[in-house]
Amino acid sequence: MKISRRNLLKTAGSATVLASTSPGLVFAAAPTDKRFVTIILRGGMDALTAVAPYADPNYARLRSFLALGKPGEKNGALDLNGHFGLDPNLPYLAPLYKKGELAILHAATTNYRGRSHFDGQNVLENGTPKPYGTDSGWLNRALDLMTDGERRVGLSVGHAVPLMMRGKSDVQTWAPSALPKAEGDFLDRLMRVYEGDPVFEHALKQAMKSAALSAGVTDGMGKINSRNTTLKIMTEAAGKLLAKSNGPRVAVIESGGWDTHAGQHLGLTNKLKELNTGLEALQQHLGETWSDTVIVIVSEFGRTVAANGTRGTDHGTGGLAFIMGGAVKGGQFIGKWPGIEEKHQFQGRDLNPVNDYRSLFKTVLHEHLGLAEGKIEDAIFPDSRQAQMFSGLIKTV
Amino acid sequence: MVFKDAFIAANRFGLGPLPLELGVIAKNPRDWLKRQITTEQKIPSLLQNLPNVAEIMNTYARNRQMGNRGQNRGQGNRQRGGGGNRQRGGNSFRQQQGQNYIDSVYSRTLNMIQTPAPFAEHMVKFWSNHFTVSSASRKIVGPIAVAYETDVIRPHIFGNFEDMLVAVAQHPTMLVYLDNHISMGPNSQMALNPRGGDGRARARGLNENLAREILELHTLGVNGGYTQTDVREFAKIITGWSFGGRGGGPQGPNGFRFKRWFHEPGPKTLLGRTYDSGSVNDGLDALKMLAHHPSTAKFVATKLVRHFVADDPPAAAVSKIERVFIESKGDLAKVSEALVDLEEAWQSPFDKTKTPYELVLSTYRALDIGAPGKRGILQTLSELQQFPFKASSPAGWPDVAKEWLNPETLMRRIEWTRALAAKLPRSVKPEELFADTIEAVASKQTKFWVKAAPSAEEAIALILASPEFQRR
Repeated sequence: MKISRRNLLKTAGSATVLASTSPGLVFAAAPTDKRFVTIILRGGMDALTAVAPYADPNYARLRSFLALGKPGEKNGALDLNGHFGLDPNLPYLAPLYKKGELAILHAATTNYRGRSHFDGQNVLENGTPKPYGTDSGWLNRALDLMTDGERRVGLSVGHAVPLMMRGKSDVQTWAPSALPKAEGDFLDRLMRVYEGDPVFEHALKQAMKSAALSAGVTDGMGKINSRNTTLKIMTEAAGKLLAKSNGPRVAVIESGGWDTHAGQHLGLTNKLKELNTGLEALQQHLGETWSDTVIVIVSEFGRTVAANGTRGTDHGTGGLAFIMGGAVKGGQFIGKWPGIEEKHQFQGRDLNPVNDYRSLFKTVLHEHLGLAEGKIEDAIFPDSRQAQMFSGLIKTV
Repeated sequence: MVFKDAFIAANRFGLGPLPLELGVIAKNPRDWLKRQITTEQKIPSLLQNLPNVAEIMNTYARNRQMGNRGQNRGQGNRQRGGGGNRQRGGNSFRQQQGQNYIDSVYSRTLNMIQTPAPFAEHMVKFWSNHFTVSSASRKIVGPIAVAYETDVIRPHIFGNFEDMLVAVAQHPTMLVYLDNHISMGPNSQMALNPRGGDGRARARGLNENLAREILELHTLGVNGGYTQTDVREFAKIITGWSFGGRGGGPQGPNGFRFKRWFHEPGPKTLLGRTYDSGSVNDGLDALKMLAHHPSTAKFVATKLVRHFVADDPPAAAVSKIERVFIESKGDLAKVSEALVDLEEAWQSPFDKTKTPYELVLSTYRALDIGAPGKRGILQTLSELQQFPFKASSPAGWPDVAKEWLNPETLMRRIEWTRALAAKLPRSVKPEELFADTIEAVASKQTKFWVKAAPSAEEAIALILASPEFQRR
């Protein structure tokens, strides 16, 4: 947005409204300086392409034409540790691993064992063992333990607020838009109209606060419109907002289109490139706060070990998580590795999910954000005692 | 009271009232709805010249083949200078199809704005979403999405569920959207002789995408009692369900073709029943069984009540609709009448929040300013995050307010109504718009602030942005 007198006045107009309703908003102290970003890849990312066990003698046979080449070959994996390698479309991640700022949890998913995207995503986001276990998201329940008055600790970037971030705690929101802003005095009058409807009233209040908090975030981002929803736009905005000293601390971003049933190579290549670019932009815009940051990238489940009949893969079970950021003890694989041979597969078709995403999330909430273990198990991930935390994943200063 | 019922009929079941229409509806709201339930659904004039799906799919398949062959030859092509031509040919095909998508979505939208039978159109929208196809995939779905709706949804909205299910599962748009046209039995003729007539090596085997989504999203529902084995077996049953191709004419409507050489031989067992005819009938029989399965009745009834009554569908209403669905063997005219007769649907005027598409349709229906321009309305739908046939998954657009009403999307709605109001002709009078839309149900503060608005355009924007107008 070009800075003009008119725009300045508009922004100032909405700020006055805000100040009158919530005086402490802008200057409240942060509950933590740590940053935590979750990126949800919807559709089921093919984990065995993203991070391939290229040195496993069964790998090339089981994955046939989907298999990445050995490091150095054409379409070869980017080596991580002599056994696993990254898809060549994730070049930003390879040096990060070597530098010790990227860890990988492979063969992991939630406790959900069906193969429905929608149930799988519900379990991933609501944090209970059941698809309809509760209406709120575990990340929002974590915010309940970090609240600090009117301050927005949570941030949801994108047009919808993902279930993971829905709940009691109000969060800051941002989405790209090309529509002209409505004037402050019009919004004030509309607010009076909304007084009789708590849902609309609440949403509008949140929107006005978020607009003020996100002012200027699109500066330098070029042409913004609702169709430009590449991950890079989202991560750039998230990075800028999280980097503010008085900004949010915990963010969620979603990315769709990972369901690769047919002709997987082309589709997945494009998605991985988009992810690579998006993550690079996130680090860039986090700036110095990168050193306080943990970013977790997850998907509702993985895909079949073998290709299906149409050069793609069907819904599977074991997937993976990337854990990256300056606060991560990277350069390592955490959790167990089940192997990919037939006899080790889950139900004879999927990567065996021997690791639980909840172990990872609990570790980050406890060791990075400092939430008490008991509270995590009571309020955030009920019935998750068997999902034990990982040690040695988060840097301790 | 009477006007409240008219408001509900027009908004909850319809797509919003036209100017002065509430008075007409108010004479007998339930009857006004039921008169729209007719088994003979004519194709609206705006949709009569849609592209022929079978032709587009054939051109698409030919184009792809040419593209692939060109790539295989690579070097040779470039030497002959042929690559450039092929490139241009491919692009113009894509451009043409992109234009088809835009034009057909515009016609569909315009038809819904102008229709005199908004309850029927609302049903088209509901079932089209139940059987979602989406251009969010890389496949050629957008250009043939409206034709799909016209071919297989429209004729059956007040017909039989089974007929709609079969028509959907055999339509090229659905077959390509969920990959079934390339799924083949691991022991099929095609898989055992992978170098088919055209000499191209092929992947060989099943793709379970369509089979899974028919079970999970179209019929039984995720808790409807099927297993992963059922998904595989059903996928085998419908191997060979495809379109176009060489040899012989189409063997079904809209270009559907059962390709025996893709079909997995041998018996398959779905939900305890064995299918072993080796013909297209196995799939038809399986779909028939699914259409009349009790889980399907429950799943469909729940979705209908959620859409037409409340986000959290009342159990008593669901079981009423479920019973009618079962007793009428899936007669959607009877089911639709039963929906209109649900007491629960008439109790509160505001249980549902309009989707962005419903908001845009009802706004233009209310405004009486003629047809909106193509570019403008399509851009609006894009900004409001509901460009038709672009849902992010085969589950379709969500149907509960918490998915649509968050700070960002609400602000977009407000910004759009505000900007639209500023551009309206003077002929649009706020008092008239108010009377034609929300007056009968407006809250005290809405009435007060609309009246107190400093200008006509702000009054109009307040009406359109009010909860009474945003809900249904």
